[in-house]
Amino acid sequence: MKVEQIAVFLENKSGRLAEITATLAAENINIRALSVADTADFGILRLIVDNVEKAKATLKSNGFTVGITNVVAVEVADKTGGLADVLKTIEEEKLNVEYMYAFVNKTGENAVLIFRFDDMDKAIESLQRTGYTILSGKEICAL
Amino acid sequence: MTLYWEEEMETLPRVGLESIQLKRLQHLVARVYKTVAPYREKMDAAGVKPEDIQSLADLAKLPFTVKEDLRDNYPFGLFTVPMDQVVRVHASSGTTGKPTVVGYTKKDIRTWSGLMARALTCAGATSKDMVHNAYGYGLFTGGLGAHYGIERLGATVIPVSGGNTKRQITIMKDFKSTVLLATPSYALNLAETMEGLGVDPQSLSLRVGVFGAEPWSENMRDEVERKLNIKAVDIYGLSEVMGPGVAMQCLEGEKGLHVFEDHFLPEIIDPDTGEVLPPGEKGELVFTTLTKEAFPIIRYRTKDISRLMYDECACGRTLVRMEKVTGRTDDMLIIRGVNVFPSQIEHVLMGIEGVEPHYQIVVNREGNMDTMSVEVEVSENIFSDEIRKLEALSKRILADIKDMLGVTCKVKLVEHKTIQRSEGKAQRVIDNRKL
Repeated sequence: MKVEQIAVFLENKSGRLAEITATLAAENINIRALSVADTADFGILRLIVDNVEKAKATLKSNGFTVGITNVVAVEVADKTGGLADVLKTIEEEKLNVEYMYAFVNKTGENAVLIFRFDDMDKAIESLQRTGYTILSGKEICAL
Repeated sequence: MTLYWEEEMETLPRVGLESIQLKRLQHLVARVYKTVAPYREKMDAAGVKPEDIQSLADLAKLPFTVKEDLRDNYPFGLFTVPMDQVVRVHASSGTTGKPTVVGYTKKDIRTWSGLMARALTCAGATSKDMVHNAYGYGLFTGGLGAHYGIERLGATVIPVSGGNTKRQITIMKDFKSTVLLATPSYALNLAETMEGLGVDPQSLSLRVGVFGAEPWSENMRDEVERKLNIKAVDIYGLSEVMGPGVAMQCLEGEKGLHVFEDHFLPEIIDPDTGEVLPPGEKGELVFTTLTKEAFPIIRYRTKDISRLMYDECACGRTLVRMEKVTGRTDDMLIIRGVNVFPSQIEHVLMGIEGVEPHYQIVVNREGNMDTMSVEVEVSENIFSDEIRKLEALSKRILADIKDMLGVTCKVKLVEHKTIQRSEGKAQRVIDNRKL
């Protein structure tokens, strides 16, 4: 139950993010979630999109450096303490988080947390065992 | 079995070779003294006459010739024959001043073609080969110099020149090119373009690449060999001395380029004092032409750094080998007192798995402090979605450069294909210091 995520290398130059989103829009690719991690010199844009292969091909042909990584999408109720509960479980299960970001689905009832763990299989097993809902790529796009 | 073009000259015992060299040198010095006023004036000022050249060691008595001498006598002031005997001229680009102009008689063109054929034979090329000549045609000696040599060899020359890379690949495929002549940076551009087009180098007929006209590192050689699936050998030449075909690496020897000593006399000097250094020591390469008619040159300071190796070569040639040129006295950067050659940075980068040979060195002066920033492209091979891993990569590059050169630099990761690709000679250094 892993979700494929697109990562794009970005130099800290004005307009790069706009170029990427315009490139995806032109190909009718919908962005479901994104996050930018940055340092003084460069950044990494991470995207969950509705068509991973097409997004990768499009960005590549436009000269971007693109990678695909697997992440885990956990659905929690959008209420106070929702994230805290998951993070507590993660700590108890001794899972290592490389990075995470979140978005709220259209109805506003649930939030989706995107995690990258150092040991993905162990994380999925632990989260499922402790009763969390893990979404597939298809399910995210259907939200 | 080693192939030779002129076996007798290429395998002459040193005693015989040196006696030919001395005879040719004496003849040259006498002729130049008589016909070219600037040479005569310099020799008179140094108190040396043609008769003083009694042995090869006496060469050291003669004054050096430098690029400025060519500029001062622009365009034809150092030619030794009337212009009606000159059948061709070539010139340097003149990016840093007036261009330098060189000329050739009919006999010079014949000599040059023969030496270029000799060089190609060193690389294992024969009349059966299809030679893809991607050196620039025009005032630059690379294109035409190689062209005449390929024809002399009897091989088929494809005069593609530089640029129009996609078409070059189509030609390479359709014409079944077996030998590639190009600058090493352009060879990489070709390899990368092939990758983009989905052309597998294994499907081509290329066997060997003859690369020169810019300094390149051993790790770069490995990269080119791997990417194009060929054997890469080194050719050396410069227009002031003749053009390509002054020295050439053989297929059999592990390292170094055979200097075609029956036509060019090499010396290694200390670039600061001008003293001739003992055999084997590293310094600036100096050439005297022995057979050229229109534009002979005496003790030309090339600014290329090398050393001469007199040990036996597996190929059987007795011609001395010069070490691969990996730096020039004028592209040496002095960063906070440390000498840095771009090829050393290249060597470090190519030694790191996944790093591509596209880099640029940017030098700035901040206050009184020189700063060097090495820009490296992030290819898919080294890209990660985790900041930590990319930062580890830039730290590794920084540490390796510090280990090898003893100088701290900044490492900047830049987007793929943002560093300009070479169409000929790569621009590796941007020096923003106003020195």
